[in-house]
Amino acid sequence: MMDATPTVQTPTVQTYTPREFHRQAHDALGNPQIRANFRKAMDGLMDKRRDVFGDWDLETLRELGANIRLRALAKLPDLLEQLEANCEANGIRVHWAEDGEQACRIIRELCEARDAKAVIKGKSMVTEEMHLNAHLEAAGIEALESDLGEYLVQLNEQTPSHIIMPAIHLNTDEISGIMHDKTGLERTRDVDVMTAAARHQLRERFMAADVGISGVNFAVAETGTLCLVENEGNGRMTTTVPPVHIAVTGIEKVVEQLRDVPPLYALLTRSATGQHVTTYFNMINSPRKAGEHDGPEEVHLVLVDNGRSNIYQDDELLDTLRCIRCGACMNHCPVYTRVGGHTYGTTYPGPIGSILMPHLMGLEETKDLPTASSLCGACGEVCPVKIPIPDLLVRLRRESVGEGRGNVPGAGVKRTRTEAAAWKGFQWLATHPSAWRGGTAVAGKLRALAPARLGPWTDYRSAPKPAGTSLHALVKRHRAGKDTGNTTGGNRGEHDS
Amino acid sequence: MSARDTILRRLRERTDGPLSAPESDFAVVTHRGWSAEERLERFERLITSVHGEVLHVTRDDWTQALAQLLSDKGVNRLALGREHPVAAEARAALADAEVELVDVDRAIESWQREQFDRVDAGLTSVRGAIAETGSLWLWPTPDEPRRLSLVPPLHVAVLDADTIEDTFFDVVEAHDWAGGMPTNALLISGPSKTADIEQTLAYGVHGPRELVVLVRHPKGA
Ligand code: SF4
Repeated sequence: MMDATPTVQTPTVQTYTPREFHRQAHDALGNPQIRANFRKAMDGLMDKRRDVFGDWDLETLRELGANIRLRALAKLPDLLEQLEANCEANGIRVHWAEDGEQACRIIRELCEARDAKAVIKGKSMVTEEMHLNAHLEAAGIEALESDLGEYLVQLNEQTPSHIIMPAIHLNTDEISGIMHDKTGLERTRDVDVMTAAARHQLRERFMAADVGISGVNFAVAETGTLCLVENEGNGRMTTTVPPVHIAVTGIEKVVEQLRDVPPLYALLTRSATGQHVTTYFNMINSPRKAGEHDGPEEVHLVLVDNGRSNIYQDDELLDTLRCIRCGACMNHCPVYTRVGGHTYGTTYPGPIGSILMPHLMGLEETKDLPTASSLCGACGEVCPVKIPIPDLLVRLRRESVGEGRGNVPGAGVKRTRTEAAAWKGFQWLATHPSAWRGGTAVAGKLRALAPARLGPWTDYRSAPKPAGTSLHALVKRHRAGKDTGNTTGGNRGEHDS
Repeated sequence: MSARDTILRRLRERTDGPLSAPESDFAVVTHRGWSAEERLERFERLITSVHGEVLHVTRDDWTQALAQLLSDKGVNRLALGREHPVAAEARAALADAEVELVDVDRAIESWQREQFDRVDAGLTSVRGAIAETGSLWLWPTPDEPRRLSLVPPLHVAVLDADTIEDTFFDVVEAHDWAGGMPTNALLISGPSKTADIEQTLAYGVHGPRELVVLVRHPKGA
């Protein structure tokens, strides 16, 4: 039987929100399917990453990766100008956008200039960040994802749950159900059959697309080169088949020289999926030249700021911009691996999301994310470019209660007057020994009145109860019993300092 | 002020002042010191580990091996260039074979549907290979356009054994890529694949389902 023409419906995206992190985490923890899907996938990714670095001097490579990224950031404005000049010299048109809105508008106008009705997309997290698909669809332009995972997630009217493996939250049966419901494919557990069906469906779309939109993994200032890392070939299709290619990237993705690329590429593939290399490494330098027979007639690069230049102002926060989006921090995070990506309600989930999203959305929206960590340190340990993620999480926690520099949007949102007053009081008590002694003695006497519940803190813990006799008093009594007649020892350290 | 100027100004007038750039020592991505045998062995091991097939042939008999391969794989229509010696030799050798030769030196707009639906295999030369990762490197040309290695379900690549180098970094440096990049430079390591359905590997999701590398050795080697 001939394959039926695919009937892909226009999807509307189902949304989660970081404000609801706690409720979403609760739901995810109560969903055995989600937990099993993530557990299995992340365990596999952790093992593969460990094995693939076996014969490498990983520490030296990470060191190099970190300093390449830092060097690029140190020279960022100059490199962006150099990138722009070299891209333009190569025939790539460069556009700048201060925020997601502006970037969406630029892309829509580029599409409209070509009278585009259908856009095919390669995987690009920055376009997720700016909700490009919804923007284009509102303008009557259909935007279809072509990365298989993204395609499935889009069919299922969801957002990606992982930055490398967008459909990792779905298992084979669920995917089979989605393909059956949305494209008419007969239900099957045969992954090859499902993949072949998607190939067939998407090839038609590649041919029909007026514009291809992709992300960028590294943009090389020295040569004006856009590098794309992928396994599927959809990125190559997206950037080669339609008559127009629009690449979109955050301004931090620039690197200085071509020689900076091999070490970062080595770190990216190994950290992300435990591969030595991906199937394709695609370096785009220009549109189709005279005499060439394929490739787009126009190539555009959209450089998106969207909060990045703000992160750039602060020496400590700057490290966030080193990220090469490998996803290793999520794969190794005990919180992410249990609650999954949707729980975070943000474009970037997991540890990187928790340190990046507060800048993009403000702490009012994302104040719970920096607390979505046990601070076990795994994320910082696996990060190929050595971002001190735990330190940044702590910094953002401090910002959220108004104890930082106040330069993160929404800083201080978690500060409550009673809590601040309580800590102030505690600080005073703890630095005034006689008051402290009096206070602990009273607390010991009134211990029966101590509350049994202390908000969410006691959801999974029992509330602390003051001891009948303070440690201090116990030590004193102990010493008095031992060193009879020697009272100075017991008094040692009791003087106000 | 334009978005460009606003962004650049914000970056230049940084609150915490100018940053200093660390030096980079690239030793960790070069100086492997492998012999030619080790390079070949490593290349083959890695590219086969990602589902690439390797056939060893000599410079003299490689077109016979190609004809055999095409018949084994049931290829009826093969797309290929004309000018590159690999394409020219293949055309000469296959002139009388069953397989139909498809020209690629024409604007894609005139044969896009044909390329997607009716070409069984694409034949390309490669510039070299990388031992460390089992990768081929290609700089597509008007004679061998970029879709030739992407759209047909089988990609046959012809590699000379003496063009395998140690690392990607070595290739970029030794061939002075930074001195002049082509429209599109590619590393290819295996056929198109995905693990998006519950981590199960499947091949040919968008690009070729199969990649066969004919590694050419000097006669008698
Ligand atoms: S923060 Fe580090 S580990 Fe996480 S995605 Fe970015 S580069 Fe990878």
